[in-house]
Amino acid sequence: MATERMQVLTKGFFKENPVFIILLGLCPTLGVTTQVINGIGMGLSVIFVLVFSNIFISMLKNIIPNSVRIPSYIVIIAAFVTIVEMVMHAFAPSIYQALGIFLPLIVVNCIILGRAEAFANKNTVFDSFLDGVGMGVGFTMALTLIAFIREVFGAGTITLVPMGSFDGVIEIPLFYTYPVRVLTLAAGALLLMGYLKAFFEWNANRKRG
Amino acid sequence: MAYVAIFITYIFINNFILTQFLGLCPFIGVSKNSESAIGMGMAVTFVMGIASIITWLVYNLLLVPLDLAYLQTLSFILVIAALVQFVEMIIQKNSPALYQALGIFLPLITTNCAVLGIAIMNITEGYTLMESFSAGIAAGIGFTLALVLMSNIRERMDLHPVRKAFKGVPIAFISGGLMALAFMAFDKALLTNLLG
Repeated sequence: MATERMQVLTKGFFKENPVFIILLGLCPTLGVTTQVINGIGMGLSVIFVLVFSNIFISMLKNIIPNSVRIPSYIVIIAAFVTIVEMVMHAFAPSIYQALGIFLPLIVVNCIILGRAEAFANKNTVFDSFLDGVGMGVGFTMALTLIAFIREVFGAGTITLVPMGSFDGVIEIPLFYTYPVRVLTLAAGALLLMGYLKAFFEWNANRKRG
Repeated sequence: MAYVAIFITYIFINNFILTQFLGLCPFIGVSKNSESAIGMGMAVTFVMGIASIITWLVYNLLLVPLDLAYLQTLSFILVIAALVQFVEMIIQKNSPALYQALGIFLPLITTNCAVLGIAIMNITEGYTLMESFSAGIAAGIGFTLALVLMSNIRERMDLHPVRKAFKGVPIAFISGGLMALAFMAFDKALLTNLLG
């Protein structure tokens, strides 16, 4: 039983990574990942919405009539997205600005509706909670990886949270002077995603033998 | 003149897929053949035009007077979901031929970021009702353009040998990236040169 639980939690990290393997939620993946901090901020928002919508949907799964389940899920998800929007606006205005339109667009992020439909409406509350955490962490890791590559090579910096005398920006010597500018643009994001996906395909093929 | 500028902006300069990253899921998912790409593009353009009008009305006549602007996301997605269902029913009843062509794509549109994206953008840009409608249609045309171009590229790519790891989605992303590079030629300068 315990190992099954662990699998529910960890399958989202690599084996069923929502971004690289199932290809869900691509718009924010490429849209906000110009800086590492934006990737992390987006990831945390999605974890919050995903965990709470999974919990609530699996609690209400016997009450919601089957024919109106999709609109009901959307309302639950939209409520949590509105909470995230308001909290971010109040406490992290710079990330709120940077995420822009992609913050309200979490509502239509296929990962959340996908997990509600594929997992939360069939499983127990605790399993749905674990699934939400796992998928959310997998999503955040993918976003952080893409943002890290794009920022280091494209701008020569790593932007994190400013703390005390540290202004939050780490400069990488060589790339700061000669950045590969295309990676910060839209085209670079699509190219990078293509190569990363090819790497994951190659890796999967290699394991299959 | 303002409408021409909106059309050029949303079709070429701020193309939804290639520069804004809105609607990437259908860009990768429904671009395997050009027939379904055209069907999906038409359905999205249609819904985006109507959704722009209705969400504008909901925001300006309902949410703002009642001081409920924070319910924007919630009400817009409900309006869009209801609208898509409604459009599906009307088309099915009145025009079976059109339903044959667009039917299977309609349920997918509710979760297309491009539709909610244009609704929110119309509000943040402060467009009037007619401007919102034009922006919706123009963004839909831009979406269709990118989708159809992509599907033609992918149809041709099927005939060429592609390395195993790059087959399918990875090479589609890379082609999309190269297309986005080409679309970078359309920038704000184009608008100033054309319209003065």
